[in-house]
Amino acid sequence: MTTTTASESVSASLESASIKSWKAPIAYAIFSLIAIVLFVVNGRDGVSRFRLSNDADVIQLAPIDNPTRLTCVLLVVLLVAITAYAAWLSSRAKRAPLWLTILFALAFMWAFLTWAAAGETIPITGLLLGTVALSAPLIFGSLGGVISERVGVVNVAIEGQLLAGAFLSAFVASVTGNPWVGLVAAMVAGVLVSFLLAAFSIKYIVDQVIVGVVLNVLVAGLTSFLYSTVLTSNTPLFNSPPRFPRISIPFLSEIPILGPVLFRQTIIIYCMYIAVFVVWWALFRTKWGLRLRAVGEHPQAADTVGIKVNATRFWNVALAGAIAGFGGAYFTLGSVGGFTKEMTAGAGFIALAAVIFGRWDPIRATLAALLFGFATNLQNVLGAIGSGVPSEFLLMLPYVVTIFAVAGLVGYVRGPAASGKPYIKA
Amino acid sequence: MSETTATTAPSANEPKLAPEPEGRSRSNQVFSDIVNGSFVISILAVLFALVIGAILIAVTNEDVQAASGYFFAAPGDTFGAIWNAVSGAYGALFQGSIYNFRRDGFLDGIKPLTETLTFATPLIAAALGIGIAFRVGLFNIGGRGQMLIAAACAGWVGFSFQLPWGVHLIVALVAGIAGGALWGGLVGFLKARTGAHEVILTIMLNYVAFYLISWMLRTPGLLQKPGSVNPKSPAMFETATLPEILGPRYNLHLGFLLVIAATFFAWWLLNRSSLGFQFRAVGENPNAARVAGINVKNTYVYAMLISGGLVGLAGVMQVLGTVTTGFSAGIDAGIGFDAITVALLGRSKPWGIFAAGILFGAFKAGGFAMQAAEGIPVDIVTVVQSMIVLFIAAPPLIRAVFFLPKQGARRRLLPNVSKEVAAK
Repeated sequence: MTTTTASESVSASLESASIKSWKAPIAYAIFSLIAIVLFVVNGRDGVSRFRLSNDADVIQLAPIDNPTRLTCVLLVVLLVAITAYAAWLSSRAKRAPLWLTILFALAFMWAFLTWAAAGETIPITGLLLGTVALSAPLIFGSLGGVISERVGVVNVAIEGQLLAGAFLSAFVASVTGNPWVGLVAAMVAGVLVSFLLAAFSIKYIVDQVIVGVVLNVLVAGLTSFLYSTVLTSNTPLFNSPPRFPRISIPFLSEIPILGPVLFRQTIIIYCMYIAVFVVWWALFRTKWGLRLRAVGEHPQAADTVGIKVNATRFWNVALAGAIAGFGGAYFTLGSVGGFTKEMTAGAGFIALAAVIFGRWDPIRATLAALLFGFATNLQNVLGAIGSGVPSEFLLMLPYVVTIFAVAGLVGYVRGPAASGKPYIKA
Repeated sequence: MSETTATTAPSANEPKLAPEPEGRSRSNQVFSDIVNGSFVISILAVLFALVIGAILIAVTNEDVQAASGYFFAAPGDTFGAIWNAVSGAYGALFQGSIYNFRRDGFLDGIKPLTETLTFATPLIAAALGIGIAFRVGLFNIGGRGQMLIAAACAGWVGFSFQLPWGVHLIVALVAGIAGGALWGGLVGFLKARTGAHEVILTIMLNYVAFYLISWMLRTPGLLQKPGSVNPKSPAMFETATLPEILGPRYNLHLGFLLVIAATFFAWWLLNRSSLGFQFRAVGENPNAARVAGINVKNTYVYAMLISGGLVGLAGVMQVLGTVTTGFSAGIDAGIGFDAITVALLGRSKPWGIFAAGILFGAFKAGGFAMQAAEGIPVDIVTVVQSMIVLFIAAPPLIRAVFFLPKQGARRRLLPNVSKEVAAK
């Protein structure tokens, strides 16, 4: 009797000790401080106009005019209030809920946009439209990363899969003149990179991170070499792929704000919506997903009940490569056109960060990828209207936010237990 | 310890395996030692990677493509073209990296070798840093950021202060290494305090450092050259640059000697110091290390400080040795990422990294010569390098390709224990 009460009190004290975390309020406080310094002390005068509709839209929304200084002050007060509330929650040993973080982020973003756009107009639809487009390769890459890591193979080679997809889709689509064939080629390229990753990490039991890093270098070198020797030798024949046109979905594309952002995109983006949902549903609602996660969490247990661990890993890593390669096609068939050297420019690493940031969950990883896309496009839009902020700091913003989020809000993340560990059957 | 095993072993089944014809087993032992040794595997891996590189060169060569169009009419033409393409490429690679026979005299002919060492210098320094992080179980992809911050710190000291000869160089070196160490240590600190994943942190800090330095380089009064509109810093003062150790004829600078010292330091740190023992213990198994009383979190901070400092040394060498006329945001020249492959090839051991760095330095020096002489894109070097690392990491593959016996196939028959018994 006495032992149970003693252990109960110990566990209770452990619980309260472990839950009392000051990370979130500290992170909020730092951002509030930045907000006070930038938006109030360095406040700007004028009117910031947010345009919500394009001229061609059926339903026209009136633009929102924010008096810059007043809006900034009000929002900063809100930020400080949220910080205080989070601190109060922490002192009562409660965690700050997710909606609080989202509210904080939205308020900060609104204040920032208002401050940056003093006396100018920001096209909100354009900002979001570009966000979805720029996030596409990141989302495909992070979906590939999620599948691969959930099955127990660390996928640092996302960058290589994207780049291989971009290269082969450009080449095949140019030669055949058909972007659909190019799309298939992109998936094949991603699968080929995955085969190497799987063969070396599963059959030859090389450290998976090492294989991933080296594959990135290999694909970058190989595509650059073939670009210089083959693609540039006859650019019209080998490196001018047809691009997918934008398709407006009837009715849906006329919804204010959301319509132009989500439903006036290329086929690759529509595939992305489906892919995110299917991967999430399959991972958590199907037999395939259960087996996949079992292999990634506890391969011995999975083997005991008759799941072929290494075969499951091999084919799911291949699938992950196909998805990531598909994302690579966005660079050539969806946006830029021709292939150029190292055109993915680190997108694979950002996708990897999104995987970890999103805690190996397809939906959360997608949201993280959208955050990166948003920040990149924000820099484009603000650069175009010429705000007072040096563009380098805008470009830096998503990375700083990620550091804060990872250090402050996510903290100790736990990946799939057997990720990165080869399974050797005794 | 070995005594006890030696005495207890004979009671087990072991000795049954030992009696084999004396001569055959010994020669087999020697043979399998050589064949299974990592040195032979490394040589074969390099060879295999070069063969694949040769195939790529041959396939993309226009003469070969033309000759293969009538392959069955005159197969000799195709083979001749392949030989010309491949031998030309690798000949240029050799002449660009080790000894140039076309130059008169030994002193000019040997210049490529000094170029190789010059290219290897920052590579080795950065790879030592990344290798030390590997040994602690940390994956430092942040070489680029750490190099940039270090280069900016050292460069700033180098162009803005007038200090006497010797003192200036030391101050600049210390400033750069401290900058890199702090940028790396920040990762260790955040990981230790908050548990944030070091891969994300280093990737993110690479971008932060790049944009920070880009901004400073185009802002007058910070790092930009006065009176210039280019995003570039002023030239270093003569007193701050690393002196050329073989005279003005060669580019090899004092940094190479510093790198030898750094390699020795890393070897001593990892293999002879108690901190290095903690590093390796945490790298092998952080839970066991924690139970043994090692402060794992502090170990992460120290490891990243030292790792960042060594990578920073590479940044300092770039700015005070390689490009002394002022730096731009591309001063890191991709060394931060190349260093990862060098550290992997050197298996995270200091002298292994030293050798791997010189090999990659040779590829870099020779690659540019090959591009200039034969018109083969320098990227082929990247392909060969990455394949070398892949193959070295997978000895079973190399054994299969070259039909070598499997590792341990012979060893298991001849355990050490039985040999000691036989000696008695």
